Amino acid sequence: MPTILMPALSPTMEEGKLAKWLKNVGDQVKSGDILAEIETDKATMEVEAVDEGPLTEILVPAGTEGVKVNTPIAVIGAADAKPAGVAAPAADAPAAPAPAPAAPAVHGAAPAEMADPEIPEGTEMVSMTVREAIRAGMSEEMRADKDVFLMGEEVAQYQGAYKISQGMLDEFGPERVIDTPITEHGFTGIAVGAAFAGLKPIVEFMTFNFAMQAIDHIINSAAKTLYMSGGQLGCSIVFRGANGAAARVGAQHSQDYAAWYGAIPGLKVVMPYSAADAKGLMKAAIRDPNPVIFLENEILYGKSFEVPKLDDWVVPIGKARIARAGRHVTIVSFGIGMTYALSAAEKLAADGIEAEVIDLRTIRPMDIATVVKSVQKTNRCVCVEEGFPQFSVTSELAAQIMTHAFDYLDAPVARVAGKDVPMPYAVNLEKLALPNVDEVVAAAKGVLYV
Amino acid sequence: MAVRSAYLARKGAKAEKSAKKSDIANSGFTAEEELKAYRDMLLIRRFEEKAGQLYGMGQIGGFCHLYIGQEAVVVGLEMAAMDGDQRITSYRDHGHMLACGMDPKGVMAELTGRKGGLSKGKGGSMHMFSREKNFYGGHGIVGAQVPLGAGLAFANKYRGNQNVSYTYFGDGAANQGQVYETFNMAAIWQLPVIFVIENNRYAMGTAATRSTAASDQLGMRGEAFGIPSEQVDGMDVRAVKEAADRAVEHCRSGEGPYILEMMTYRYRGHSMSDPAKYRSKEEVQKMREENDPIEQVKARLLKANRATEDDLKKIDADIREIVTAAADFATSDPLPDDSELWTDIYKVA
Repeated sequence: MPTILMPALSPTMEEGKLAKWLKNVGDQVKSGDILAEIETDKATMEVEAVDEGPLTEILVPAGTEGVKVNTPIAVIGAADAKPAGVAAPAADAPAAPAPAPAAPAVHGAAPAEMADPEIPEGTEMVSMTVREAIRAGMSEEMRADKDVFLMGEEVAQYQGAYKISQGMLDEFGPERVIDTPITEHGFTGIAVGAAFAGLKPIVEFMTFNFAMQAIDHIINSAAKTLYMSGGQLGCSIVFRGANGAAARVGAQHSQDYAAWYGAIPGLKVVMPYSAADAKGLMKAAIRDPNPVIFLENEILYGKSFEVPKLDDWVVPIGKARIARAGRHVTIVSFGIGMTYALSAAEKLAADGIEAEVIDLRTIRPMDIATVVKSVQKTNRCVCVEEGFPQFSVTSELAAQIMTHAFDYLDAPVARVAGKDVPMPYAVNLEKLALPNVDEVVAAAKGVLYV
Repeated sequence: MAVRSAYLARKGAKAEKSAKKSDIANSGFTAEEELKAYRDMLLIRRFEEKAGQLYGMGQIGGFCHLYIGQEAVVVGLEMAAMDGDQRITSYRDHGHMLACGMDPKGVMAELTGRKGGLSKGKGGSMHMFSREKNFYGGHGIVGAQVPLGAGLAFANKYRGNQNVSYTYFGDGAANQGQVYETFNMAAIWQLPVIFVIENNRYAMGTAATRSTAASDQLGMRGEAFGIPSEQVDGMDVRAVKEAADRAVEHCRSGEGPYILEMMTYRYRGHSMSDPAKYRSKEEVQKMREENDPIEQVKARLLKANRATEDDLKKIDADIREIVTAAADFATSDPLPDDSELWTDIYKVA
């Protein structure tokens, strides 16, 4: 008796909503029939039958949210099977709806991790995914400034390959939300030219892997022209998109470019972890009169965070944030690396080790002062990133800490980075290629000599 | 082969068409226009000769790409421009800057890397810009200026103004992939851009016939994208101006991009360090004697009694004075302050 499982409809999907059943219990199902519609945070997809026979049981009723991938959702019986029926709604649903929401979270309510000191005390907080935060940041700036526009592959009619720009075509129209052909080199050059003429383009790269096609315009045209023109011709532009490893997409779609762009004078590079920072830094990036590289991460897109409910929440470029206070060891990371850093700090706390976790947020200009101040207190430091280890952001951090805090160090700076190999596809190998929490814990214990 | 014969048929038709256009152009200029063209081309010629001289004296470093021989292209196109039109080109850019009215002193001082250079000495021969004159460089990567120029046109369309972007590139750049990415987007978005292909027959040291398919019909490459094109005698400033008028009219009326393939010739090497051994002295000599853009205008002016030898000598003297003053400034102006190393990297909001 074949059981139908909740399918994974994208490389990073973990759960989805069972929107609608298109077959009823008792219906005969043929291979290729559409059984149901499933909503992910990116799209609504149809589920086709592979097996044939009568639909004997529906295990997850229509309208159920948060159904985990691989949960059984229906059963197709033998040709003469009797229908068993439909599971009662809410009865043991895989992901019961959340209990009635408590009063809205209020900033300053002493969470385990430290809140952003830039948020005024008492500010109401709303839960938002990183995806929604990036969209909100762009939309607010586009409402405020007609010179801002968005261009890229599938940003308009398709509503964004990762649904970042969902709904923006409707709000801003095709003159300001512009689908491009799949020609990164050309459309990046056109966007930079438009920025020379005083517009403020936001260029979405479906992923930054494809921006390698366009890197000549990012570096030679966008980053260097202010200098080459003796200060006459600036280039206010944001290059943004998914960066780094997603899940199981192989070597050509899994590279982290933070260190590449971080090396270039004339560029600013930000790489937010939280939704609050994603929104606030997006607004700062669009307003900045210089070219800004805005590195996102597909795995973080669907992650929810508290975001301050403020009319104009802007996070300054170039300022790190102490995400968790501690006194024994400093852990510095950024972007998705923060997930390892924060989990490691939690584990270390169980062993009585208080780690101070710093989220760099901006790669260039790097807030070394905040890092050095922490290291002067803890005397030990671990730097964490997903990128390749050689000539990396963490190697720059190690060099800067040695230069500015050598006398305070009680151990050499330790680094935890992606492995020095192209990203493999096999699930076990991919896991090995990326950093993990245990490596960060081990590195922290290493610099503490425990 | 059907495709091949279609190409050959069109090639014949085009050659006939452009010859006809030259005939029309020969009756086109007023005396004032003719004199302006003479003067503007002569300024570029004398300026470039002086730059070559200063390079030989060690006053100019690095790369220096001279425009001598191609003067009619940029001067004719500028005669069709209106306020607010933008221009952008490659590293062979001195002529374009002078033609749009940028200060010869500032250009020359940039060549010598001095404080008073248009980029404060930080750009050099290949990298100068002028917000005031809407000159957007000065780009060192072959072909990169093509999408950038289409981006300037994109801004015109976005703002709904009537301006046109003059985007210049050579026959060498015409083989770059980004040129065709740009043709495609310029066509689908109907961008007001004139792609000016300066076909001087050599991509650095490689003859176009060795590097470029159908190298005598580069404008035709736009046909695949539905972009109209013309092949123009780029040594005849009047033919250039007339074709430019048509292209500009097309762009301003919202009909999208236009391609002008200018058949021209560079007398000097690719850069100052190029002895140009890939072509014969006779080839260069023949071009200079039979097609020189400045001599053509001069002959017409005298023949039509629009100017006397003395009038032209006076213009010549004026130009020499301007160029000498530029060279004097460029060799006496101080180097930029050491502190300039650290300025203009980021713009402060």
